[in-house]
Amino acid sequence: MPTFVYMTRCDGCGHCVDICPSDIMHIDETIRRAKNIEPNFCWECYACVKACPNHAIDVRGYADFSPMGHSVRVRREEEKGTISWKIKFRNGTEKDFVSPITTKPWGKFIPKLSEADKPNQEEINSQILYSEPNGLNTKKDLPTISKDSFKKGVYY
Amino acid sequence: MITNNPFSILAETIPAIAMQTFVIVMGLLVVLGTLIDIIHKKNVKYFFENAKKAKKSAKKTLTTGEKTAVVIKTIAHDIATTSELGAGKRRVAHLLGMYGTILFWIGSVIMIFCYSIPSSDTPSVWPIIWHVGAIMTVLGGAWFWFFLRVDVYSEAHPWYRIVKADLFVLALLASSSFGLIWSFLQSLNLNNRWDDKLFLILFIISNLVLFGGIYWSKFAHMFYKPGAAIQKNLAEADGSRDNLPPPADAPEQYGLGINREAPKHY
Repeated sequence: MPTFVYMTRCDGCGHCVDICPSDIMHIDETIRRAKNIEPNFCWECYACVKACPNHAIDVRGYADFSPMGHSVRVRREEEKGTISWKIKFRNGTEKDFVSPITTKPWGKFIPKLSEADKPNQEEINSQILYSEPNGLNTKKDLPTISKDSFKKGVYY
Repeated sequence: MITNNPFSILAETIPAIAMQTFVIVMGLLVVLGTLIDIIHKKNVKYFFENAKKAKKSAKKTLTTGEKTAVVIKTIAHDIATTSELGAGKRRVAHLLGMYGTILFWIGSVIMIFCYSIPSSDTPSVWPIIWHVGAIMTVLGGAWFWFFLRVDVYSEAHPWYRIVKADLFVLALLASSSFGLIWSFLQSLNLNNRWDDKLFLILFIISNLVLFGGIYWSKFAHMFYKPGAAIQKNLAEADGSRDNLPPPADAPEQYGLGINREAPKHY
């Protein structure tokens, strides 16, 4: 169920680009709005959906198992500390849920990224993500693939 | 310089009717470019289909008065202050550019249509509006271009990487910058030297690119964004909310919450 962006809602703020753990939310070069460049690699983690301040990102269900007309949408209210979900079924049934965002103190388990060291250009170009490999509890580097070996046209 | 009407000085060499025709052609290009853009992108069709969907899932029917109130509130709160950009540098830069451009264009139209003969006595307010508008546009546009563009801020691309999405902001920056430089050089009384003529030509070209390139640029977002804001607020008011959950009715402080950080972690 990959994410997609409502272009009229998006203002190109970059929050989804910043938060996507799969690094597939990018900025379109023609209209400077966010887009999912590789839906197949979407983890459906909803991180970008929750992070979007304009509710511009939604998740599309695959047509073969997800009947048309359903909807799963989320509203994050940081000031209240709540995350609300609305599940709409194909038959019209609606369910609303409200949960606290987190019970973990900010900065204790959740990194304060704005206070972390600024990455250098080599780290930006690297395929290793923030806190990897230590954050994955592995003691060795992750395997990487040379960009030259990628299929032409998939990456730019 | 700031109190001189650059168009009345220009009128000594170029007839006022030519300038007025240029402005009308630019206006026509805006209409034409936006219409072609609408046909190509099917924006209006999308807006109407969305409105129909929202109507189906509406929890209450809004009266005309309620709808008008929502539209007025949206214009005053969302559109006039570009509130969707949140509180931050992007919003300040956008407001500078937006109001700067409005002042610059209004100043241009008034001076070209009302005070563009060499003998006309232009009230100093119009040249001031024109120059201040151009300066605001340059400040807001350059701030955005060098520091706040999401390509630079979140994607870590260098500021000099130019893509198609930059056509609008660069044309706008060029038009106001060249306009200011041309007006300055003209005020120096250079006795028919080449400088001010060169910048006049650059000013004309940048305007042609800005208004003639609407189909390829983001120019028309200034018409779509207000439409989208009105639709969003109407959907909130009638309860359809684009299928979003209602604001939480939880206690004032339910969870510990999070502190949103600027998207600059690449």
